[in-house]
Amino acid sequence: MTQSYYEASARERLAAVLDPSSFQEILPPSARVTSPHLRQLDTPAAFDDGIIVGEGRLDGQPVLAAAQEGGFMGGAVGEVHGAKLVGLLERALDTRPTAVLLLVESGGVRLHEANAGLIAVSEVMRAVLAVRGAGIPVIVLDGGQFGCFGGMGIVARLCDTVIISEEGRLGLSGPEVIETTCGVEEFDSRDRALVWRTVGGKHRTLLGEAGELVADATAAFRAAAIRALALTPDLSLEALEREHAALGQRIERFGDCHDAVDIWRALGIEAPERLPLLEAADFNTITAGKRA
Amino acid sequence: METLKFEYRGGRPCNPAQASALAGVVGSGNLEILVEQEPLNGACAVEVVTAAVGFGAIWQAVLDDFFARHPLADVRISINDVGATPAVVSLRLDQAVNAFLGGTA
Amino acid sequence: MRDWNTQARNREARLARAAHLTQGKTVEAKDAAALLSAVLEPGDRVCLEGNNQKQADFLAKVLAGLDPARVHDLHMVQSVLALPEHLDVFDRGVASRLDFSFSGPQGARLAKLVAEGRINIGAIHTYLELFGRYFVDLTPRVSLVCAQAADRAGNLYTGPNTEDTPTIVEATAFKRGIVIAQVNQIVDSLPRVDIPADWVDFVIQSPKPHYIEPLFTRDPAQISEIQVLMAMMAIKGIYAEYEVNRLNHGIGFDTAAIELLLPTYAESLGLKGRICRHWALNPHPALIPAIEAGFVESVHSFGSELGMEKYIEARPDVFFTGPDGSMRSNRAMSQAAGHYACDMFIGSTLQIDLGGNSSTATLGRIAGFGGAPNMGSDARGRRHASPAWLKAGREAREGRGLMPRGQKLVVQMVETFREHMQPAFVERLDAWELAESAGMDLPPVMIYGEDVSHILTEEGIANLLLCRTDEEREQAIRGVAGYTPVGLARDKRMVENLRDRGIIRRPEDLGIDKSLATRDLLAARSVKDLVRASGGLYDPPKRFRNW
Repeated sequence: MTQSYYEASARERLAAVLDPSSFQEILPPSARVTSPHLRQLDTPAAFDDGIIVGEGRLDGQPVLAAAQEGGFMGGAVGEVHGAKLVGLLERALDTRPTAVLLLVESGGVRLHEANAGLIAVSEVMRAVLAVRGAGIPVIVLDGGQFGCFGGMGIVARLCDTVIISEEGRLGLSGPEVIETTCGVEEFDSRDRALVWRTVGGKHRTLLGEAGELVADATAAFRAAAIRALALTPDLSLEALEREHAALGQRIERFGDCHDAVDIWRALGIEAPERLPLLEAADFNTITAGKRA
Repeated sequence: METLKFEYRGGRPCNPAQASALAGVVGSGNLEILVEQEPLNGACAVEVVTAAVGFGAIWQAVLDDFFARHPLADVRISINDVGATPAVVSLRLDQAVNAFLGGTA
Repeated sequence: MRDWNTQARNREARLARAAHLTQGKTVEAKDAAALLSAVLEPGDRVCLEGNNQKQADFLAKVLAGLDPARVHDLHMVQSVLALPEHLDVFDRGVASRLDFSFSGPQGARLAKLVAEGRINIGAIHTYLELFGRYFVDLTPRVSLVCAQAADRAGNLYTGPNTEDTPTIVEATAFKRGIVIAQVNQIVDSLPRVDIPADWVDFVIQSPKPHYIEPLFTRDPAQISEIQVLMAMMAIKGIYAEYEVNRLNHGIGFDTAAIELLLPTYAESLGLKGRICRHWALNPHPALIPAIEAGFVESVHSFGSELGMEKYIEARPDVFFTGPDGSMRSNRAMSQAAGHYACDMFIGSTLQIDLGGNSSTATLGRIAGFGGAPNMGSDARGRRHASPAWLKAGREAREGRGLMPRGQKLVVQMVETFREHMQPAFVERLDAWELAESAGMDLPPVMIYGEDVSHILTEEGIANLLLCRTDEEREQAIRGVAGYTPVGLARDKRMVENLRDRGIIRRPEDLGIDKSLATRDLLAARSVKDLVRASGGLYDPPKRFRNW
């Protein structure tokens, strides 16, 4: 049976995505760099504060990589967690790897240490842009059980590309937050089909927010990450303006749509209601050239 | 939160495949276990930080059985627990020690 | 001279009172309350079709809304109390007496109403007992049932969730009672007839389709590695050794794990065709991979399961389906099959005591029994032999000079601790305290220790058939009770002795490598995997999707 990326732990994901035995962890659990806040709040800490950072190889190329562990506090970003991520990105400016891989899985900022977490996320954003500015691609892998939301949702979209599985989710406010804020009529967070149709990998790919949809398998993520090493992003002002214009057109084209399926239909996809049932390969074939 | 400390003597020196090994995740009903080689005058020291208060006697029994299975010397075992059942604790202990001794993650 | 036909004439009087509301047998939904007021009489015994899954929810709402000055002191007889309306009937004073089987979600409110003296409980039954009493001393005067569709003549099509309907209607119609059916639609011709029109008096098209609970869908994503280990132990230590071919499974994740290990672990042990061929079981989605792998020859069901309709229709060799293709289930028949024709019942529970008695009763809740006791008890009336039945009987009687006979395997499968560190093994069941506080005749025991053949935990399997004294039995139970207080209080020497004699067996005694007990062994790790295994035929309810 193939190894599920969705089910794997952050450590298992890193081991499977990178070249075998190539990963060297920085600040490993034995360093015990744990959250100074959680203990004061009588909450269990993790020896790695829910994130693993280090360097390794991907298809023989040197890369830096970070993986968030959704099982620990939903992958939420606290002070240490954020600092490890910022440190890794800043290290990229010194060591100039072929790419930085972010194996994200996070509900956003850790509420227990909200101020420190918010500052950390903003520092991560700045560091991501600095790394990209230095010509080093930052590649996001999103296929964990907790998805990628809040500040990490923004971080993901600041990167060069997002590789996502259908099970992976990407957004700003999570489904429960939307329901609480706007009411269950607006968004029923217990309607799991609706949730995945809206924030799941397929819709994010069709909207152009994710670069590639892959099957839920560590091998599929690895193969896509290797392909992404060849990316040569256009960071010119013209490209940026084109992107802004396209986002403006998006609201014009799809502003009246009530459901993701309406958008898929508007994209010219036949029988769009079958999309959720399709395997990644079939989905990619059928939707090729029909993305927003 | 509660911190529990245990110490076992009479273990055998081991030849670990790696200086430290980790098993598990700090999530509800789960725990992480860090096993490290450390000169402790032949002792095996265990420290448990757990969110479930009042189960010291059960931890003692679980760890007694663990030490009977794996009599380790000069090893420190550190645990962050979020209410794992004894079955899960025993499983993770075995996984952590297998990784520590056998070198597989 | 004595009048021998009072029931029929009373029936005619009731029908006459309702005549102005009907066209043929059809009554408008807006006239439902008037219909019930017309046909019901105070003190009537009424069966409201509350099943394990499908619910006569519209009629329940109408009944609960009747004027208690006109309709009161009804005696409700129904298998399951699932909806709030099932208790509103008592809260509002329409009904006062209750005989039932299972109250799952309403258990806490039921306990409260009983404590307040608002409900007088006759008895809490198992399904077969209650159905039996429908034909003896609890025959309904009026039954309010539920079907998928009716034709203009009043024939009913129940759809795959036939469940209790045939039993209820038979008991009512042939004792001159009145049968009222709510249906989702009235059509010109039915796919098949499940209940003939001349057993049905009134048909009402309900404003909304009746509710069905997807009660038997277990998301493989929630199966733990401990449950995988226990499933390996069950397959190797019990299914294989007894050649268990006819069986029923409980609805928990433990047994779902066994279903999902058949095409992987059991296959690797060469057990295909040797175990698990015939089932009395609802169409569990978790069974799909085993069916596809060729393990399963037949499945008869108590009810259906939402989303399994197309899969069932496409596998008529396995399931019981009508000429129209859709399944016909039948709770009474499947319960009888589970009791008499199965060699094994395996299921989970909340508490087990030192006698092996198990209970799902908790304080402040009157949950009832449902079907587990029918399945989970030795069928003393069974006479036909099978290898599993003979071996179990032999083990229980060896060396005791008794008349040889067979015995059913009744396996209780529990983790030693439930969530929040609640021990599954206790010195005294909560059922005792519940019986005292609720004034019950007996503690509500789900499965009696004398019927239990094996207790399986993550620590090992205790074979109670081989125990010869109460003390051995107690130590066998303590010996698999893990780190619970009951387990820690074991006599270690005696437990080791039981292990030497094969009465207690650990995973290593069974030759099971615990490190193989990972979720990778599951034939499906998600609901989506189940859809894949079904070739896209299984259409899970949206709450179980992540796509």
